Amino acid sequence: MVEVRNMTFAYDKTTRNILEDVSFDIQRNECIAILGNNGAGKSTLLKCIDRICPAEKGVVLVDSQNAYKMSRTEMAQNIAYVPQISTYANMTVFDSILLGRKPYIKWDATTEDREIVSDIIHKMKLDSFALRTVSQLSGGEAQKVMLARALAQQPKLLLLDEPTSNLDPRNQHEVLQTVKKIAQENNICVAIIIHDLNLAIRYCDRFVFLKDSRVFSYGGLDTMTPENIEAVYQMHVHIIDYMGIPVIVPFPDEKVTVKSGETNSPENLCGIMARVR
Amino acid sequence: MSNDRITQLQLYDAFIRRKKLTFAISVVATIVIALFAVSAGSLDIPIPEVIKSLFGKGEPQSQIAVMGIRLPRVVAAIIVGATLAVSGAVMQCVLQNPLASASTIGVSQGAAFGAALGIIVFGGGVVNSDSAATAVSINNPYIVTICAFVCGSLSTGVVILLSQFKKDLGPGGLILAGVALSSLFTGCSTLLQYFADETKISAVVFWTFGNLGSAGWTELLILAVVLFASLAYFLLNRWNYNAMESGADTAKSLGVNTRAVILISMAICSLAAAVAVSFVGIISFVGLVAPHIMRRFVGNDYRYLIPCSAVAGALLLILADTFGRLIIAPVILPIGAITSFLGAPLFLYLLFRGFKSNG
Repeated sequence: MVEVRNMTFAYDKTTRNILEDVSFDIQRNECIAILGNNGAGKSTLLKCIDRICPAEKGVVLVDSQNAYKMSRTEMAQNIAYVPQISTYANMTVFDSILLGRKPYIKWDATTEDREIVSDIIHKMKLDSFALRTVSQLSGGEAQKVMLARALAQQPKLLLLDEPTSNLDPRNQHEVLQTVKKIAQENNICVAIIIHDLNLAIRYCDRFVFLKDSRVFSYGGLDTMTPENIEAVYQMHVHIIDYMGIPVIVPFPDEKVTVKSGETNSPENLCGIMARVR
Repeated sequence: MSNDRITQLQLYDAFIRRKKLTFAISVVATIVIALFAVSAGSLDIPIPEVIKSLFGKGEPQSQIAVMGIRLPRVVAAIIVGATLAVSGAVMQCVLQNPLASASTIGVSQGAAFGAALGIIVFGGGVVNSDSAATAVSINNPYIVTICAFVCGSLSTGVVILLSQFKKDLGPGGLILAGVALSSLFTGCSTLLQYFADETKISAVVFWTFGNLGSAGWTELLILAVVLFASLAYFLLNRWNYNAMESGADTAKSLGVNTRAVILISMAICSLAAAVAVSFVGIISFVGLVAPHIMRRFVGNDYRYLIPCSAVAGALLLILADTFGRLIIAPVILPIGAITSFLGAPLFLYLLFRGFKSNG
């Protein structure tokens, strides 16, 4: 289990805090979505958890061990992080993923390290690119490589900053399915920054809404209410029920009132869409 | 494990073997060219005789030429070339700039100023007008060497101090600080020369040409110790450099203390380059070009790029020096000019072919 306690951070002491007393926890096998509008401090939160930007106040406990007191290598064995914007090194896919084994490598990569990499390449369906240079791949494929590298670290906590931003819809689902599957198979805690609320609902177990540097709301599917979404994103939404799956439909400019007698259904959505267009 | 994955691992092993082969071929090529460089010159010594002389069993005349003149020169080319090339490769990584080399952060300019200071202010240089080729020689070279080393390292010291003072100075800031100091040193050198007499100016200019023949066995021993010590540090950090190629945040998340690696690597690169330059004068371009040549063959994988760059630097400098000695023998052309002369077209060729690599 991972506990984030009272994270407070400011890039510059003279400016306002980017994070203020942020606390939440992630259970094993659990996938948490970090939600909030641009500038809410989501990426900074992940960087603080991984001590890339050390927090002024607060602790991160991984299985009750204070991550802030671990050595960098120890930390890398516990926490893996995939940044929003990655620099793609002029290296092959295999070598890039092998870098994920760096926290375990003493002098050179062992056969076991290479086998772990080969296994992840297979799970992430990257077999056909294994010996291609990452810079030659499409944005989405490269993003999968970065994710695979983080998985090769075999961490207890996986931090993903918008892992699906460069992927087509099919790959978005595929990658999140893989993350969820690997998290469950290996007992990993996952925190994902994600802007697509529908993907968040589909693949994440709990949701941390950040607003004005603080946790605005935190909890399970019951926190995914139009009120919370509207307060955090300053945007009206309508949640419809499609065969048991809640679907969030945004209406940025105006509040759409559901007329009496209209039910939350796809047919209803068509009616609503026709009104606002 | 499935057959597919076994094949994949075999393919990867074959891919790594190709990198090792590149290293082995470069080493063999360097040895062959080095033997040729020792054998060629105004006194033609056949290669078998060179090998005999190396083992102390050659003719007295060739023994003196090989052990006393040619071999120290070739060994100097190997050590200095390797030092400048590995420094360049590592600087290009930690500063995240393909143009980084010892001269980018002011080491060469600092050393040139130091040499000018040693010659003009401390009287390290005199004129000796035997022939056109040795029109100027430098007496009391240790003053010049020490001044060159101190000023060459000074610029790095200032850059590192600045980065301690301003903690968020990234790789770009370090390069800009280096460029500012280079320009300061160049200005100081110009002022010194402006107030110096003709003979001293000649000595300064001669020093900046670079001369591999100026290093004796004692100097070579110092250079070799510096090369192997820095090479050991760089090889220990090769995984850190690989991680840093993916950006600072990723490197930190992989357990790299990026700030410490950048500063210590820069300090070692500059000190090694300063030692090399202070003994043999300004040798430009090798530190920049040798790593880029090897990137084409082994990619940005520092496990292989560091040793391969060292060999490529050595090979390039032997080639340049031999070319400079033979092209209009008995006149020996200045090595600094030859490296730029050979390096520039090579660099342009690489540039036009693009920096794509086979990984």
